[in-house]
Amino acid sequence: MTGQIAERPFDSLAGKSGRMLVALSEGVSRRTWALLGLLLSVLLIAPWLVSDYLITVLIVILYLAFTGQAWNIMMGFAGQLSLGHAIYAGLGAYIAALLFARYGIAPWLGLLIVVPVAAACGAIIGFLAFRFGVAGVYFAILTIAFAEFARIGFDHLTIVNASAGLFLPVAQYAHNDLWHLRGDPTMFYYVILAATVLAFLLCRALLISRVGYFWLAIREDEQAARAAGIDTFRYKMSAVMISAAVTSFAGVFYAFFYNNLFPEQVFNISRSIEMILGPIIGGLGTLFGPILGAFVLTGLAETLNAAMAACGLELPGAKQVFYGICLLFVVVALPEGIWPWLARRIGIGERVR
Amino acid sequence: MTTLLSLKGVGKRFRGLVAVDDVGFDVQGGELFAVIGPNGAGKTTLFNLIAGAIAPDEGSIVFAGEQIGGLPPDAVCRRGIARTFQIVRPFPALTVEDNVVVGALLHSRDVAAARQQAWDLLRRLDLFDQRHRIAVTLTLPDRKRLEVARALATQPRLLLLDEVMAGLRPTESDRMVAILRDLNRGGGLTIVLIEHVMRAVMALASEVLVLDPGTMIAQGRPEAIVRDPAVVQSYLGAEPV
Repeated sequence: MTGQIAERPFDSLAGKSGRMLVALSEGVSRRTWALLGLLLSVLLIAPWLVSDYLITVLIVILYLAFTGQAWNIMMGFAGQLSLGHAIYAGLGAYIAALLFARYGIAPWLGLLIVVPVAAACGAIIGFLAFRFGVAGVYFAILTIAFAEFARIGFDHLTIVNASAGLFLPVAQYAHNDLWHLRGDPTMFYYVILAATVLAFLLCRALLISRVGYFWLAIREDEQAARAAGIDTFRYKMSAVMISAAVTSFAGVFYAFFYNNLFPEQVFNISRSIEMILGPIIGGLGTLFGPILGAFVLTGLAETLNAAMAACGLELPGAKQVFYGICLLFVVVALPEGIWPWLARRIGIGERVR
Repeated sequence: MTTLLSLKGVGKRFRGLVAVDDVGFDVQGGELFAVIGPNGAGKTTLFNLIAGAIAPDEGSIVFAGEQIGGLPPDAVCRRGIARTFQIVRPFPALTVEDNVVVGALLHSRDVAAARQQAWDLLRRLDLFDQRHRIAVTLTLPDRKRLEVARALATQPRLLLLDEVMAGLRPTESDRMVAILRDLNRGGGLTIVLIEHVMRAVMALASEVLVLDPGTMIAQGRPEAIVRDPAVVQSYLGAEPV
């Protein structure tokens, strides 16, 4: 194999990406292809089909599908429970917004700083935990502590206007400016749709790779994984760093979509909880679970809102209660999540791999 | 024959309890070496010391000329020592095949090649037909063989087996004996096993070490060991007269 590549140095890159594509599609049934294609087509033409309001709802759904997938890399694949993922999204949001508002640096260029910073932040948290044997619930508490630390820290950080909030300049734009992420919701919709699709492909690629196998082994039994020669410290670190890096893009998107950032909101523990509900309800460790979970949760919550509005009811906190009930239902009735159950029903039978 | 594993004056205390005291022995390359002794004799602790799960308080453990005492378990495995656990621990939610692929990926960067290697091992251990089953759904004998397959997939030079016969019916245990003998004689794999099933020990081992809480009381050929009065007294039990 290596000999062949050495003989043909020029097409090795093409060969490599070709093999990657083959590997990505290997073992995917026709029915899965059809369903994925159908879903993607519907999502692609959605802006022509539904109202502006529903597009905003779809943006929220895809945003949560994206962050859910990012979080799932760490918990679903490698078994490391993070309850503070808001820190990575928050860092991404603040850094990209600051670079743009102060220096006019486009968000895509900003990613060159955002992604390494988020990965480094993940590395610090991971190092402290994994080096000193902090695991399980204690690890989860550590991640909360860091997110809270960031929330309070940013609340006093004058460079980002502390608790007064950081605002992105908003003006009327004649046309969508994709490079600077200034434009109408339809543009943002396609950006987050593309990001979600890419995250899905990334997760699939990771899961069928060597590192993916090692993550699953660590998730299943860390001691047995070590006995099989896996350097668990190294692979837990890579899970945290990749998950953090992916999550940070969501923060960038958040900043440019909402245009205002308050530490109290961005780093709030509710942001972290929102990210993890989708994968848990959809199916931890599965590829499609986080996406399905985001659709189910936000879809139902919006329906609930609409229904209450129609009845003239206004109950603050109803959404949170509703999330709680959904979680309770899934934990009791479908402990594996909705997707593994649904996949069996429609005859896809997604195994973890 | 050359010495593959050499222990000298190895000791481990858990607070006041001396689990392993001044244990030293050599395992030659290609040997099938058994460790026997009553419950609590320190057999599993000895394995944990060799495999790196715990660090020795004193003494040296040398594998293939290199000091490995105190290395973490993954580093020990990468040097060529694989182990099974007394209480089996396959990766429960993964398929049989994926369990073994994880082991094979230690020395293979390519997943497809690792899978091929896993299939070969699964065939050898009579698990090929069950390769798509989730590990946790297997019967105990199958899970034990799965652990052996996963350990072998890391391409060890030395295999540590912690009571792979326990809980097996005689026919299953005979099957395991045949597999191990094949690995040892055919594959040249050095095996150290902890075992209570004397039938298996007598059938397999070329050398036997007897531990009695913490210390070594005898070492030698299996035929000699079963007649050793100290071993009979402490472990095997005297024949009723």
